[in-house]
Amino acid sequence: MEWTDAAAAEEARKGNQHGFRVLVERHSHALFRLAYRMTGNEHDAEDLVQETFLRAYKQIHRFDGRAGFGTWLYRICSNCCLDLLRSKKNKGEMQPAASEDGQSWLDRVAAPGFTPERLAESSQIAGILEPALKKLTDMERTAFILRHYEGCDIDQIACILGVHANAAKHSVFRAVQKLRRELQPAWGAAQ
Amino acid sequence: MKHLTEQDLLDTYYGEPPEAATEHLHECPECRAEFARLAELLDEVRNLATPPRGPGYGREVWARLQPHLPAEKPHWWTRRWLLAPIAVALLAAAFLAGLLTQQKTSPTQAGLSQKDRQRIFLAAMNDHLERSEILLAQLVHTDSGEIDLSGERARARDLLDENRLLRETAARSGDQAHAALLEDLERVFLDLANSPARLSSKDAAELRQRVEDQGLLFKVRVTTSDTRSQGKTL
Ligand SMILES: [Zn+2]
Repeated sequence: MEWTDAAAAEEARKGNQHGFRVLVERHSHALFRLAYRMTGNEHDAEDLVQETFLRAYKQIHRFDGRAGFGTWLYRICSNCCLDLLRSKKNKGEMQPAASEDGQSWLDRVAAPGFTPERLAESSQIAGILEPALKKLTDMERTAFILRHYEGCDIDQIACILGVHANAAKHSVFRAVQKLRRELQPAWGAAQ
Repeated sequence: MKHLTEQDLLDTYYGEPPEAATEHLHECPECRAEFARLAELLDEVRNLATPPRGPGYGREVWARLQPHLPAEKPHWWTRRWLLAPIAVALLAAAFLAGLLTQQKTSPTQAGLSQKDRQRIFLAAMNDHLERSEILLAQLVHTDSGEIDLSGERARARDLLDENRLLRETAARSGDQAHAALLEDLERVFLDLANSPARLSSKDAAELRQRVEDQGLLFKVRVTTSDTRSQGKTL
């Protein structure tokens, strides 16, 4: 028997850890992708997934079921990511391409499941795209990642960011404009 | 001819074209070229891969997370588990004093009216069913494969004694509906109480199947809500 997100969340709220476990197992992959794209760092992304679920567990009584559970988790995860990025910025730890453990992007994606073509392609893209993404404001980057990679619609993004739909839409638009400005010349040169 | 704006093109890319945009794209080579440039770039950007995570990643996250979950969660559970049997103890006291079974004793002599006894019974029944429901739900929702049932086994043993007491009380007072449900529950609890701590996947599946076949969880839920409303009207 498969629990829906709503049923599992209800069980979790009643104190049944198994309900929460179902949600963790179901949403871990998506949260990892989001956290990784937000931070560009595998290690941070792993920690952020843990932190997101921990916060979600403590606040489960606040989940009212109006938005989907996935949307609610994205909101917590985005906030966790932004908190981390801000604290790194304050500590002057923001570094462009390489992660803090000194691994290059190439090392990090050189894992099973990657064909050589895929690897070359994605490391080339990453080399150009990661610095460009870092030039966006936090809100623009979050909105763009949710829209582009996670397939969220504008209302969901507005809900996750806690802003009006117009602001969410504008953030995606600004992000795309900036990326085009940054990427189009670099792209031409790389191809 | 009014060309499409950047926002129009973007909305179209994300599958929400504004009115007449699709038509315009069809007719206007300039906008079509602009759209193609935008789409090519955004498609490329989508190829930014994330390091892969295996199919067991969700389970790994849970294993790391679970020890850090705040201990608040058991407060509801443990408190329920430890305090709820008070209602049953009260019932047991009344039962042993013969108040519920010996028709000879008049209600006034016994100090408890028929209504009071009924109320005690329903309260005890309600508590018992709620805890039974939790146990059954855990049983039904366990993963497939070999499972550790030591916790469930201990709870089944706790529930078994009060289940017997309640069943006898129900039967003697002619409450056939409650008695029948309690009899079904007793069989499952008995099996669980006598099972090894680790159940093979086959035995676990059998036990789960029995609970599901009898619709036991559903019956318990329905009866709990009936019992609750009966208690309220008293
Ligand atoms: Zn045009």
